[in-house]
Amino acid sequence: MTTKMFGAKVARVEDQRFLRGQGRYVDDLLTDDPRLLHSAVLRSPHAHARIVDIDVSDVLDVEGVVAVWTWDDLTGPMAEPLPLLIPHPSLTHGRTQYALAKDEVNYVGEAIAFVVAVDRYVAEDAVARIRVDYEFLKPVVGIAAARAAATAVHDDVPDNVGARMEQENGDARAAIATAPHTLTLDLDVERSACTPMEGRGTVARWDPDTSRLTVWSSTQTSTGVRGCVAAKLGLDLAKVDVVTPDVGGGFGVKINHPWPEELLVPLAAMTLGRPVKFTEDRREHFISSAHERAQQHHVEVGFDDDGRLLGLNVEFWHDHGAYTPYGLIVPIITSTQLLGPYKPANYRVVFESLYTNTVIVTPYRGAGRPQGCFVMERTMDAIAAYLGKDRTEVRATNFIQPDEFPYEHGLVFQDGRELTYDSGDYPASLVKLKELVGWDEFEDFRAEMAAQGRKVGIGLACYVEGTGVGPYEGAHVHVETSGKVKVATGLTTQGQGHQTAFAQIVADTLGVRFEDVEITTGDTRKMPYAVGTFASRAAVMSGSAIHLAALRAKEKALRIAAEALEASEDDLEIADGVVTVRGTDASIDLGTVAVLSNPLRYAFDEASKAATQFSVGDPGKPPVAEDDEPGLEGKDFYSPPRSTFANGMHAVIVETDPDTAEIKILKYAVVHDCGNLINPMIVEGQIHGGVAQGVGGALYERMAYDESGQLLNASFMDFLMPYATEVPTRIDIDHLETPSPLNPLGIKGAGEAGVIPSAAVFAAAIEDAEGFPIMSMPISPSELFDLRLAHADEPHPTEATPGI
Amino acid sequence: MTTEQLHDVRLHVNGSVHEVRVPARRLLSDALRHDCGLTGTHVGCEHGVCGACTVLVDGTPMRSCLMLTVSAVDAEITTVEGLTEDDGSAQGRLSPVQQAFSDCHGLQCGFCTPGFLTTITAGLRETPDPTEDEAREMIAGNLCRCTGYQNIVKSVLRASEITAERERGEA
Repeated sequence: MTTKMFGAKVARVEDQRFLRGQGRYVDDLLTDDPRLLHSAVLRSPHAHARIVDIDVSDVLDVEGVVAVWTWDDLTGPMAEPLPLLIPHPSLTHGRTQYALAKDEVNYVGEAIAFVVAVDRYVAEDAVARIRVDYEFLKPVVGIAAARAAATAVHDDVPDNVGARMEQENGDARAAIATAPHTLTLDLDVERSACTPMEGRGTVARWDPDTSRLTVWSSTQTSTGVRGCVAAKLGLDLAKVDVVTPDVGGGFGVKINHPWPEELLVPLAAMTLGRPVKFTEDRREHFISSAHERAQQHHVEVGFDDDGRLLGLNVEFWHDHGAYTPYGLIVPIITSTQLLGPYKPANYRVVFESLYTNTVIVTPYRGAGRPQGCFVMERTMDAIAAYLGKDRTEVRATNFIQPDEFPYEHGLVFQDGRELTYDSGDYPASLVKLKELVGWDEFEDFRAEMAAQGRKVGIGLACYVEGTGVGPYEGAHVHVETSGKVKVATGLTTQGQGHQTAFAQIVADTLGVRFEDVEITTGDTRKMPYAVGTFASRAAVMSGSAIHLAALRAKEKALRIAAEALEASEDDLEIADGVVTVRGTDASIDLGTVAVLSNPLRYAFDEASKAATQFSVGDPGKPPVAEDDEPGLEGKDFYSPPRSTFANGMHAVIVETDPDTAEIKILKYAVVHDCGNLINPMIVEGQIHGGVAQGVGGALYERMAYDESGQLLNASFMDFLMPYATEVPTRIDIDHLETPSPLNPLGIKGAGEAGVIPSAAVFAAAIEDAEGFPIMSMPISPSELFDLRLAHADEPHPTEATPGI
Repeated sequence: MTTEQLHDVRLHVNGSVHEVRVPARRLLSDALRHDCGLTGTHVGCEHGVCGACTVLVDGTPMRSCLMLTVSAVDAEITTVEGLTEDDGSAQGRLSPVQQAFSDCHGLQCGFCTPGFLTTITAGLRETPDPTEDEAREMIAGNLCRCTGYQNIVKSVLRASEITAERERGEA
């Protein structure tokens, strides 16, 4: 019997090429093609200005420059604004930019001109020679300025409000008005960004012999890019192939598409008849890709003596930057997912999504959940402080109980479906977390440390994460006559180990050796129907689709093998790529079954001789039956009614330096429930990475815009991404596996989980150490120091403001 | 505009000689990737902070994005492609550091990995049997956005073990 692969810590197959320097990232492609051209983009140095004139006359004098484009050179759909990818009825004033700025620029970094040259150095020389006359406009920077609306980002949106959306379950304001206790809180989160180690990049090649365009892009959606390229360049979809090669990290930013360069590179390749490449540099990634996280929240909550939420009313303001290509996904997720594992009796949420003259906002790992979790968990801590109760007790009082699933919140989620949780066991997770972090022993530890003059604090935060959103993913499984199994699924991979995890599923489902399975992702030539990699959906969506497709291939293999072995299908089993009649020696290799599945006229090797017309088949019947197809293949799609909901809880113990206010992590504990685990090693790796990104977001990373809209820290020198020295030295992880009833494998997504509770959990622990409220994140030592000074004169530090 | 002056440069990389003709401003990282075709060396920031482009120059880890190609003349350069050990096979055997990353899940997207591998290779020559703190210090100048460094620290310690095992002829 084959060893079960699902659930095993299988070493990753992709590592071999990465470790040998043989990965193929987009900038590695076509490096040996002497015809390859390179590009550079002139970007606006101003946050808000009208373009009066662009003078490119000096550019073509630069030796090695081949072409330059401005908006005036664009025609047809290319001259129209970029698509608004996810329209929503509440997004009444959605705006998107042009591939190259038309009359106005709205953020530092907006593309104005596109230069193609023999190499990047020359292309940048040329960009420096383009002269643009600007008429300066006042920039709108930050949520306060956007709300004040003294200046409008877009003339036709005078209040800077792109969208206003409200959802309510029950009557929150009435419940708060009659509640025994009430609190209000104001909670802020600043901007951060994904910053994958590899920036954006696109290569395109037009093949005049076949009239086909091939685009390689470092994207999270090949099919999305393909659709946009075809539409914008006026090509039939069938003429465009988009391939996602190895991708050096995504974390959300690469789901937005098409970037201007994803259209300009193919346009240039077609126009010039030579392959063209764009590789983003680090500064460009900071100022011209996308950010996230900036939101300000106002919370009113009413609760009883046990801390039970009677009414919760949340208003928040979301800074979506200069344009809205990705719609309202981030604030919708905040507005729904801030509920976490809790069940407020009445809930109202309303948000405004605001224009500012800063880089666009699209989902960053967690996608609005870190902010929502921060809001809800800070509220829980404030209630506990107000009532003088243990923080875990107030949470337990409000948990949805295991017997209440499926749990309907009475709201609409980001996928347009009902917000209904599928499964979970939050009380069990809390028990595990308290034990893992030593919650009940902490006061002894605090006293021990205090005796040494040291200050420590503990915090916890709980979250629920909608994962595996639709609409669908598909898979194609092909057993070759060699017995090798080739599998294609359309979504893309950015380091999650899909080639390994998906092969584990196929090995088990089909009964083949793991080593014989090869997975292809993100190639529209192999699987043209797909959505993309985001929202922790790859394992749930493509994993399920691959399982279903493998089942179809298995079904067919058993049918053909039963005929060949003259046995009943019910008596057959497949293991290690061999079909055997149970309890006998009679067997047939899957490769031979593949040969038999495809009636041939011509033999091309020894194996195929067996399938030629004088060897097999009933001469009285068609070689391929009416309801059959040649080949041992299976294809299927998975489209769930709604999302799965993973959950987890983090706890952290921090020490704050009494003099310098430096914040040190002493212990970090994670309890994680993403349903059944395909590969625990990969899941833990995802958690590690998420926690590190969360530490960055909580303690170090922010986008430092000045009042004129200049991003002051657009480099790795100044944007403080954690090194090994900034992350916890250990992350203690415990898993709970509550299977999802929504898919055949019982899995939920795991990609984003690690980052969601970070801001909340660090704020809680720092607050616990210091004794005054932490209402804004991230927090630096100097900010903590300032807070100490501000609270130094207070006789009794307060945790929250009571009363409305 | 005047034509840019080009320089003939002989680079010694992974035991092979590469003759390239480049302008004085061409970064070593670009020459390795685009002129020598050794795309295993990755460029993450082009300002010397992330360490993805780290190569060994005469055995010392250097940020190839901060070196000009013309300054690498006469140096013996090792990139990630040159780390494998000759075992008679076409591919070669993974070095202890490479093998350790595979054993410990020390990489996810793989983009920063070449810089870690070269840095640790040199680090373990200096400190063959590091403590956990020394292992962390060894990688403290390289950025990774995927792994949270937990398994990279483990990989350093594991690489030390594998090196010792191979020296004892056990592996």
